[in-house]
Formats: sequence, structure tokens, C-alpha cells
Amino acid sequence: MKKKITALFRTILVTLAALLLCGSPVLAAATINGAGATFPYPVYGQWAWLYNKETGVKLNYQSIGSGGGIKQIQAKTVDFGASDAPLKAEELNQSGLMQFPMIMGGVVPVVNLPGIAAGKLKLSGTVLADIFLGKINKWNDAAIAKENPGLALPDTAITVVYRADGSGTTWIFTNYLSKVSKVWQDSIGNAKAVKWPAGVGGKGNEGVAAYVQRIKGSIGYVEYAYALQNKLTYSLLQNRAGKYVAPTSATFQAAAANADWAKAEGFYLVLTDQPGDESWPITGASFILVYKEQASSATAKEVLSFFDWCYRKGGGTAQKLDYVPMPEKVVSLVEKAWAEQIKAEGKPVWP
Amino acid sequence: MQPKTHTNLDPTFRWLTLASGLGVVLLVAGILYTLVIGAMPALKHFGFGFLVSQSWDPAFMEFGALSSVYGTLISTAIGMLIAVPLSLVIALFLVELAPPAVSRLAGGAIELLAAIPSIIYGMWGLFVFAPFLADHVQPRLAELIPGFPLFEGPPMGIGMLSAGIILALMVLPFITSVTRDVFQMVPAVVKESAYGMGSTTWEVTRKVTIPYGIQGVVGACFLGLGRAIGETMAVTFVIGNRHEISASLFAAGNSIASTLANEFTEASDELYLGALIELGLVLFGVTLLLQLVARWWLRRTARKMGAVR
Repeated sequence: MKKKITALFRTILVTLAALLLCGSPVLAAATINGAGATFPYPVYGQWAWLYNKETGVKLNYQSIGSGGGIKQIQAKTVDFGASDAPLKAEELNQSGLMQFPMIMGGVVPVVNLPGIAAGKLKLSGTVLADIFLGKINKWNDAAIAKENPGLALPDTAITVVYRADGSGTTWIFTNYLSKVSKVWQDSIGNAKAVKWPAGVGGKGNEGVAAYVQRIKGSIGYVEYAYALQNKLTYSLLQNRAGKYVAPTSATFQAAAANADWAKAEGFYLVLTDQPGDESWPITGASFILVYKEQASSATAKEVLSFFDWCYRKGGGTAQKLDYVPMPEKVVSLVEKAWAEQIKAEGKPVWP
Repeated sequence: MQPKTHTNLDPTFRWLTLASGLGVVLLVAGILYTLVIGAMPALKHFGFGFLVSQSWDPAFMEFGALSSVYGTLISTAIGMLIAVPLSLVIALFLVELAPPAVSRLAGGAIELLAAIPSIIYGMWGLFVFAPFLADHVQPRLAELIPGFPLFEGPPMGIGMLSAGIILALMVLPFITSVTRDVFQMVPAVVKESAYGMGSTTWEVTRKVTIPYGIQGVVGACFLGLGRAIGETMAVTFVIGNRHEISASLFAAGNSIASTLANEFTEASDELYLGALIELGLVLFGVTLLLQLVARWWLRRTARKMGAVR
């Protein structure tokens, strides 16, 4: 009796060990780990779910913020990192990383001006900068009136609303203001959080939106998707070509298509203030970071296949969530860079 | 048999309690150590200037703690100024005056308030309370005393005042429920003898119940203070998040906890991160200082009240 039990026990043990041995490599390969930016999290999550249904490969993405994403990929605890602001070429080279743009979005100025509908107010870059600098502090200021003949601008004070938390949205917005205003560039600068000269700060897009909806005469900036879903009153912006454009999927795509990606080393390209009649001036891409030198060819291939799938089949999902997919032209450039730069044991991984 | 178990259990018990006690000390020391190590880049770079500078500029890497410390202290002070008297009155009502059924019901409701997560207070503060404050309370306050520096500026509903009031609501249940328990422990004999000598309810409350329980009441207040000073989410939602000191309570400000909640996730630069961790260190120091003051005050009042009793 005792012998029988021991035998049975041994069988179970052996089976378990066998399962563990052959099971673990399969499991490890079938899970991709990533961490970083919060802005693209909804679309990455949706893509991961669809990709898992189609291929069985699981994606585990922790939206801990761009700063955390960069730290995690540098510590090699994840397969890829994600950042809203691109890293400079020398930073990439220092840590042996490569980056590529994955998805786009735009930043939209939103206002609370009773009686003025969405898309009616026109602003140029310099006026927008002067408003956020606190130099223009009344809505009926001559500079605003000059751009908006025929619009009844009220004699109310302007309350600026900004993002209080560090965010990629603020990075893109202040990048644009730095490009159009020398004063902004010298005194405030371009960062994920800056020393705002005027106004109040809300936490997250929802915080900014809530403050703008609350405070009469306020102006803030939120992600495009957020402005759309909450039906906020956005303004038109004058782009580099001098045209006033509305924030739409088409004007974001135009900004990305008109940008000169081929010349941008390490895909370091900020899509603000791009040329072209149709370009929305405050457009931004969210980036993925991976190592050029990969430890395992299988894992690397798994990761790149997922991103390839996102580029090819994820566009519809992205648009449904009010994100903007990367244009064809950029995708082929990115995949060419994969083939040239990403290697495992000295051999290229892609395609 | 029995003495033997005692001799066996006693040392074990002593070791267990000693280890737990030391564990807490070790934990605090560990936190302090980690904070100092993490804050090192900022400590070296800014030195003492960090504590007295009001500048907070991540783009040009200039950091100072003054506005955050100021905001933490002011919002906590407003919260405590509202919560402490209110809690005392509620606790006295529940113990001395309310019919038992009402007392049970209200007591339960107050304990339920303590269980609400702080993010809910924040959301409610932002979407419900701030608009109410902006439309109905702040304009009246400004009209009441025109030109009063504390009530100047546009009524936005967010800012230091709102943060203080939300904090008051959050710490109220803590102070109330502890204070109520303390008052309940006042022996009936003592109170009844006071009544027997012809004292009114007010006299019994003022001269017997409160002095008897004063130590517990002060303890309860510091429990609330501890919660208020480190409160993060609720404050972040309504304080307005501006790194600036302004005299008006209507103006936006910030606190140490709100700055950390806002900026920690995206701070990738070493100096920036160091400055944020140093803010944590400052909060640690402020809390410690308040604890010491509390101890000293507690001992003093106990002595004074003892003489009265």
C-alpha cells in the first residue's frame, strides 16, 4: 500500500516537473512586457486584447508614466518602454536603445466663453503664448480682436488652466509655445511640467476639463480625444503656413505626413509647428523604446510582430478611440530601421 | 504545571513585544535613510536654500519647498480650525444630550464617513463642492468684508479654502469617534456628583467631562492632524496646484503631498526626482516636529488640568 502511494506520488511529481520544464519557455515567449506613457494606454490596451484574441500572445503594459517607462527599459525589467516625449539621439546611443513613433494625438486649446461656439475662436501661436504668459489677460484684448473680426468678445478676465501633473501633453504644448514665442522659450521653456506664469492647475485631462467648464473666461489645453469626448469648446489655431485649422484626425495626419522623418536621426522628431496648409500645429507622437541588441531573437521577434500588427491592423481601433494612426510612409521607414538596427546574437531580427 | 508555563511564556512574550516595538523604530529609520539617499542630489545641489526658495521650475531645474510647506501648513490649519470644534460639539451631543437611538444612528454614520476613500472626497470636492463654493459661498464672503486680503480674487471654488474645508470633512469622523469614546469613559459617578451639587449640563460638560478626557481629546486631534497633513488625493483635486504663496484663501496653492502626487510619475531627471524626494523628507521633518510639540503640549495641559481636577 505504502509503495503504491509513493509510486503515485512520484508519477505526479515527474509529470509536474515535465510540465514546468516544457511549459515555462512557451509561457515566457508568449508574454510581452512593456511599461511607460499613460497617454497611449487606452489604445495599447485595446490592441493587446485584440492581438491576444488573434494570436494568443499576451501583452502586459503598465502605464506608470514616461519617466518610469524609460527607467524600466534601462533596468531591462521590460521588453519595451513607452515615452510621450522622444529621447535625443545621444541619449539613445548612450543606452543602446532605438525608438520609433507608434501612435499620434494632438493637443487642443479649449475655452469657456459663453456665446462662442466650438471652432469659432481663432488664435495664432504668438497670441496663445501671450495668453499663457499672462501678458494678454482680457478676452477683448486688441490682439485677440484683430484675429476675430465679427466675434463678440466679452470684457472678462482670462483664467489660464494648466496640467498640474507632469505629462506628455504639457511637454508637447510647451514645445509648441517655445517654437512660436521667443519669450516663452527663454523664460518658461519646454518640459513635462513648467513654472506657469499664470493660472491654476488641474490634475489630469479630466481636472483641466473640469476647471475650464467651471471657470468663465478660462482657457486650457487637453488631449484631442478628451476634448472630443467631452464636447469642449476648442479654438482654431493658425499653423506655420498661416492657415487657421481645426483639430481633426485629418489635420494631425497632415502634420505627420508633412514632417521630414527620413532626416530625423533616431526618429527624434516633434510634430509641433510642422509645414503644410492642413497641418495642426500641436501634434505629437508617442514613442516606443527597445534595445538594439536583443538577448533573445524569439522574444524580439514577438515584440516587433506585435507592433507590426498594430501598424497594419490597429488603425481602425485607434481611430475609434480618437487616436491618429501613423501614416504609411512613416511605418515603412520604421520597419526599415528595425531591419537595419535590431539584432540578436549579431543577426538581424526583422523581418 | 502552571508556574512552568508562565516561565515559558513570559520571555517569549517579552521578546515578541520587544521585536515588534523595535520593528517600528527600524521601519522609521529605514524610511528616513531611504529618503536621505534619494534626496541626496537635491540636498547637495540646493543645500539649505531649498527650504526658503519659492521657485519650482522643472524646465530650468530650480526647486524650492517653501510654497509646498506653506500650503501644507495653511490647508491643515484651516482643516483643523473647522474640524476640532465641530468634532467636540458632535461628540458631546452624542454622549451627553442625544437620545440613545439617535446617538447610535449618528455614531454609525460618522464611522461610515471615515471609511470613504479620499479620492471620493476629491472628486466630490471638485465636481460638487467647488461649484457650490464658487457660486454661493465665496461671493458672499467677499461681499461681507470688502477688500479683506484673505478673501480676495475671483471666486473659482478651488484653492486653499476648499482644500481646508475638504480636509476638515475628512478628519472630522476620526476626531469625533475617538473623542466620543473618551467622553463615554468619564465615570458616571463623577458626573452624577456634579449634577447632585446642582450643576447644569453645560457646567458638567465644561468642568467635568472635558477636563477628564482632555488627554484623549488632544490625542484624537493629533490623530486627525496626522491624517490631514499627509492627505494627498483629495487635496490635489481642489487646491489648484500652483507653486506660489498668496495671501488670499481663494487663490490656488499647493501642498507637499499634492506636488508629489502630481509630479512623481513623470520626473525622470535625477535632480528633479531628488527634489521631490527631499519634499518627502521635509514632510517627514514637519510631522516629527508637530509630534514633539504635541507631546510637550499634552504634558503641559495634563498638568494644568490635573490641578483643576
